[in-house]
Amino acid sequence: MTNYRDEAVVLRTYRLGESDRIVVMMTEANGKVRAVAKGVRKTRSRLGSRLEPLSHVSVLLHRGRELDIVTQVEPLDTASALRANLDKMTQGLAMLEAVDQMTIDREPVPHVYRMLVGALGALAQGGSSLVVGAFYLKLLAAEGFEPELARCTSCGSGEELVAFDVVNGGLQCRSCRTGPAISSGAVALMRRILGGQLAAALAEPESAMTHEVTRIATVAIERQCDRRLKSVGMFERHD
Amino acid sequence: MSAYTPPVQALIDELGRLPGVGPKSAQRIALHLLKAEDHDVARLAEAIVIAKKRVRFCERCFNIADENLCPICTDTRREGSMLCVVEEARDIIAIEKTGVFRGRYHVLLGAISPMDGIGPEQLKIRELLTRLEPETVREVIVCTNPTIEGDVTAMYLARALSTLDIKVTRIGTGLPVGGDLEYADELTLGRALEGRHELRD
Repeated sequence: MTNYRDEAVVLRTYRLGESDRIVVMMTEANGKVRAVAKGVRKTRSRLGSRLEPLSHVSVLLHRGRELDIVTQVEPLDTASALRANLDKMTQGLAMLEAVDQMTIDREPVPHVYRMLVGALGALAQGGSSLVVGAFYLKLLAAEGFEPELARCTSCGSGEELVAFDVVNGGLQCRSCRTGPAISSGAVALMRRILGGQLAAALAEPESAMTHEVTRIATVAIERQCDRRLKSVGMFERHD
Repeated sequence: MSAYTPPVQALIDELGRLPGVGPKSAQRIALHLLKAEDHDVARLAEAIVIAKKRVRFCERCFNIADENLCPICTDTRREGSMLCVVEEARDIIAIEKTGVFRGRYHVLLGAISPMDGIGPEQLKIRELLTRLEPETVREVIVCTNPTIEGDVTAMYLARALSTLDIKVTRIGTGLPVGGDLEYADELTLGRALEGRHELRD
């Protein structure tokens, strides 16, 4: 029987039986792992608070057939900055949901893990309005679905790119256009996010353009997951 | 093909749908019922039917009640200006056992869970907002679980009530009585430090 140690971000939890939880986490070396954490819903459990979604932890897991078992948990970051702010918390949860949907159990994706840790850190520190949108675009690119931003996805022309079609996975020129319109500012911002100028793009103040990029990134990632992301925009309608 | 006759198999299947009852437990309970006296089984069946027929949600606070209003809502000695908001009716039982709270309750019938798509409109939040003014509530105590869902719900309520002249408080997070400090987890201990109070002689 094998035990293994890894670092992980808790993606979500499900209640199990009287006082246990199934914890879904994105680990660095073992991909997305599902594990049973016994007794964590009891108030005396020490592990409970460490295994809430958004927590960044170092875990010792016991390998099981389908579900592993959580043996030890040491906190690396309890995400208290995110938990104290409703908007940051829902943005963080929206990123967790996308990672949960886009990844397969036990398939190591260390780059996705590092990106998630980085994005949650960025959210906790400053919270640019573009963190979620930029994270979705980077996640799509990392999983092999990078949107085509250089030329038209239908005819290959590099001129007059005025629309973005999620079905074709990128920009379209005026004559091939089937998707909704995209502003030139949003195109430039997306190119900066995917072209190695992420920090500069995140410094962009909140505007109609950043909202446009976030909206397009959300639609694109929902297209790849083949489902709506439930945590996106839950509170936007009510504020 | 089931090894049991259809009526027994149907009973096992129904019992197996109950929370916390697996196939093996369902089988054991079913066989126990079949061996039990007729009047014992009839009493159990009657208790289930009567409870299901008579018990409903309180019209005002959504606690479990056997009339239109629950006993807490009809109790005139309760302090109407304090309202404790909880996720489930069973949380009321836990708080009542403390004997500390003498106000009234409001059950949300769940918590906001963005990842499950449960938003404010699926809970009894609108009903809570409509209660506040007629009952002249002065303080709302948010007693949701200290989980991500409970925290989201609490912060959402704080935002929804911020325009009203009502004090909104959140139940404290701290150490269990009788526990050792060194075994406390850091998030709980951190919150316990934040929520410290002054000692006076």
